[in-house]
Amino acid sequence: MDAGLIFYGSAIFLMVMGVFIAITGRHLIKILLGIDVFDTGLNLLIVSFGYINGGTAPIFSKYPNIFKNVVDPVPQALVLTAIVIGVAEMAMGLAIVMQIKEKFGTCNIAKLKELKW
Amino acid sequence: MIRRLIALLVSLYLGYILYSFVYVHFPFGERPLRGVAAHYVENGIKEEGATNIVTSIVTLYRGFDTLGEVTVLFLAATGLGLILAGMKREEEEKPEPTLIMETVTKYLFPLVLLFGSYIFIHGHLTPGGGFPAGVVIATGYFMMFIAQRSFTPSEYLLSATESFAGTLYVIVGLLGLALAFSFLDNVMPLGIPNRVFSAGIIPVIYIIIGFKVGSEMTGILLHLKEA
Repeated sequence: MDAGLIFYGSAIFLMVMGVFIAITGRHLIKILLGIDVFDTGLNLLIVSFGYINGGTAPIFSKYPNIFKNVVDPVPQALVLTAIVIGVAEMAMGLAIVMQIKEKFGTCNIAKLKELKW
Repeated sequence: MIRRLIALLVSLYLGYILYSFVYVHFPFGERPLRGVAAHYVENGIKEEGATNIVTSIVTLYRGFDTLGEVTVLFLAATGLGLILAGMKREEEEKPEPTLIMETVTKYLFPLVLLFGSYIFIHGHLTPGGGFPAGVVIATGYFMMFIAQRSFTPSEYLLSATESFAGTLYVIVGLLGLALAFSFLDNVMPLGIPNRVFSAGIIPVIYIIIGFKVGSEMTGILLHLKEA
């Protein structure tokens, strides 16, 4: 089987699943979880862009003999940033959901009809 | 039912477009290492002294980016405190944790903290670094929150640690500006690669980030628990 199919395919499968959960979910926490699954899939996709055939992790544990075939380190560094931003976003989202639950007594978006708090 | 079917079709179509675009423009693994990535891999150890190239990108080559990232995390923690301020849940009866949980977490907690410190001290040699280490430390605190009802760390101490670490990070950056004419430059001696005391300011920055992320995530969990 093609390696690209597995890596890109599973990352994009997670993204599709996240979009599906986020647009069909009725519960606010479910929508947040969908966004988080989408985020994970996107991170995996960015990491897969950096793969180079036959490459290993960009860590030289036997220093004087450097291998040249390592994968691209830049997407990994960017994904490290993206993961932290995802955590921050989830924390803010959960706080807002808690506040909505406190104010309206429900997390179901079909029952949240008022536009103002 | 028909709504779900349409939603499924729309998301599958989005996935198909993305997949065909990605597959044509970025064939898997056939890209050569070029540009800045090749420069980082070839000269990373010589220039910054860290054997983990990702670490030297995160803390030095793109260090300003990481400072911004830490600021975003700080803003999220502050905003969470602001949103949840004044929310007090009525005290409900919770079952006491079992003796096994209580005893095991008491002895596991120092080990989790030790493992977190190990990860941030060895950030320039092994996979890991300040951010995962901070999350590991916060997980230890989370375990204590669940298993022991009376355990509450001082909120004042947490925010003091966080502010102190943030200020120290900026001071380290300004030190680079003063001594090497570039913000967050490596001003300390590089040392021998693959040693713990090497790579200049990378371990210093990662220790600062470990403390900062650990206290921030613990603060977030504390706010969510008490609200």
